[in-house]
Amino acid sequence: MKTETHSVEDLANREYKYGFVSDIESESVPPGLDENVIRLISKKKNEPEFLLNWRLKAYRHWLTMKEPAWANVHYPPVDYQSIIYYSAPKTHAGPTSLADVDPELLKTYEKLGIPLSERAALAGIAVDAVFDSVSVATTFKDKLKSLGIIFGSFSEAVQEHPELVEKYLGSVVPTTDNFFAALNSAVFTDGSFCYVPKGVRCPMELSTYFRINAAKTGQFERTLIIADAGAHVSYLEGCTAPMRDENQLHAAVVELIAHDDATIKYSTVQNWYPGDKNGKGGIYNFVTKRGKCAGFRSKISWTQVETGSSITWKYPSCILQGDESVGEFYSVALTNNRQQADTGTKMIHIGKNTRSTIVSKGISAGHGQNTYRGAVKVLKGATGARNYSQCDSMLLGDTCGAHTFPYIDVANNTATVEHEASTSKIGEDQIFYFQQRGISKEDAVNMIVNGFCKEVFRELPMEFAVEAQKLLGVSLEGSVG
Amino acid sequence: MLKIENLHATVNGREILKGIDLTVNAGEVHAIMGPNGSGKSTLAQVLAGRETYTITDGSIVLDGKDLSGMQPEDRAREGVFLAFQYPVEIPGVGNVYFLKAALNAIRKHRGLDDLDAIDFLAYVREKMKIVEMDESFLNRSVNEGFSGGEKKRNEIFQMMVLDPKLAILDETDSGLDIDALKIVANGVNAMRSPKRAIVVVTHYQRLLDYIVPDHVHVLADGRIVRSGDRSLALELEKKGYSWIEEEIAR
Repeated sequence: MKTETHSVEDLANREYKYGFVSDIESESVPPGLDENVIRLISKKKNEPEFLLNWRLKAYRHWLTMKEPAWANVHYPPVDYQSIIYYSAPKTHAGPTSLADVDPELLKTYEKLGIPLSERAALAGIAVDAVFDSVSVATTFKDKLKSLGIIFGSFSEAVQEHPELVEKYLGSVVPTTDNFFAALNSAVFTDGSFCYVPKGVRCPMELSTYFRINAAKTGQFERTLIIADAGAHVSYLEGCTAPMRDENQLHAAVVELIAHDDATIKYSTVQNWYPGDKNGKGGIYNFVTKRGKCAGFRSKISWTQVETGSSITWKYPSCILQGDESVGEFYSVALTNNRQQADTGTKMIHIGKNTRSTIVSKGISAGHGQNTYRGAVKVLKGATGARNYSQCDSMLLGDTCGAHTFPYIDVANNTATVEHEASTSKIGEDQIFYFQQRGISKEDAVNMIVNGFCKEVFRELPMEFAVEAQKLLGVSLEGSVG
Repeated sequence: MLKIENLHATVNGREILKGIDLTVNAGEVHAIMGPNGSGKSTLAQVLAGRETYTITDGSIVLDGKDLSGMQPEDRAREGVFLAFQYPVEIPGVGNVYFLKAALNAIRKHRGLDDLDAIDFLAYVREKMKIVEMDESFLNRSVNEGFSGGEKKRNEIFQMMVLDPKLAILDETDSGLDIDALKIVANGVNAMRSPKRAIVVVTHYQRLLDYIVPDHVHVLADGRIVRSGDRSLALELEKKGYSWIEEEIAR
């Protein structure tokens, strides 16, 4: 964010990406990608030389790569030359008041309990100030600054702390990592950056003011979070409210680095547009998220609630490099209608006495297909490593599917690896039991599903957990006859 | 209170109830007895609105309202309670949470405010004592890992909390030892009230030693073939169901 005023405008205009300034308003780039487009993006963003070179290297490698086909998802091929990789803000063509917004969307906000002040912003209404968060945001920023915490947009960090960006960018997810990560590295336009200095405990959930801003994350988002020795930070991404989004393909990259005794907790609740009943439209969410527990006794914890993409392809992972470091992954993935999810995690045990926990809850309804794909890797030197994995699937109806692909690869015989899995179905007799006690069918399914996900919701920050529960209910609507 | 007229019901096209007529007045306890496969449990499920059964004819009227077209949850809110023969386990859903949702759904229907957590707990604790349930039970998942006796006690406990107009007990005595049977019967007797009708479905007379009915009906092949007072149940115990079946055949 250049200025706080911009952030409000950003909210009002979905295609406006923060970090851009108004003098580029008239410019636009034709669809397609080549080195000139990348040079232009880098120039517009006034990036240092190293970053341009980094992007170009990524691009050149990307050209040699093939889109992965191993995931258990099906979609028509994406035409990467038809995407506009750099778009200047356009005249706003969205709704101008809540009265113009799709009543279904408003109903959903209502059900989710989204504060009135935020609804307009989420629906993409062009008003000068639809909510009063500017002053709040400033207060938060000042407080963080006084603690030495750097938190803001990625573009801002590139300008103000290029040495940190250069040091850490790509250190967890290299440009060559995979097809989508390489593409993201070449063309990302913005994202978030956070650095928590030695010994500092971040006093608030990062995003308490960021929530609305998150609604306009770009198509190729880049997030980098560093917790220095002894630091502690909890970061919240996403929003329970469905968002208007013109971009079908999202290929984000998130990198986390935790030094000695540092803890990073990263929570995601994603509710993008899942497509209609027949699977038309909807977001392709192809994301690379990885954390490196670089230091002794460091800890990285991922919690995700995925309900809103047409296709989800993501595996938030932990590289447990530091001795005694800890990795956690808690996930709820829900697929309804024609949604497909192929999600899970990788826990790579390198250091001694490293520990990891995986709890995955997959819910399938309608024609949804839900795949858990996880890898637990214990390398030679990881003496005393421990992993516990639990993968539970729940089926609603008989036209959906649940799949589990756990990979376990152990190269040290002192390691302990446990894997538990279960599949259950909501029975007609269970629903009748609820109904007989006066509880409607929909509430019954809600209660059962929320009970099923309890272990994961427990990991979410309180407020978010409540919203996530409601979100599951809304996402499952119409899934029981 | 409850008036059933010419009730016919089928499952998968097969007729199970073949014209039931039954009137249960407020304050009364009626026992429905009969051999296996006579339609006793079907009658209980049909009254509660289970979708696997189709009502093909007749009516079920509770307190002046026809239930036959209503969803099961609406019947429950109107005051129908079924104590299940085989209460289902619901993993992950806590007893307190479940019961509070049920009670508040019913209260809402009656135009009452939700009970808050504190009032709810106080209310529930008082009922728990009657069925001699331990408080730790509240934090467990609904029926999960319960013994047979605990499940049945839980049904009676829920009935007390939800305070129905019509309580239907489906084979509540099955699988209970004598001590548990007494506790359950105590619970039901505590629920006897001039404002409530109770229907006890049972195969054995034994339960009726503890819950003494005002009327006894014998169901055979989907019809009520004999009605009487408590002595009918005792006679059945002595002579067995074949006696009735023979008598009908004659």
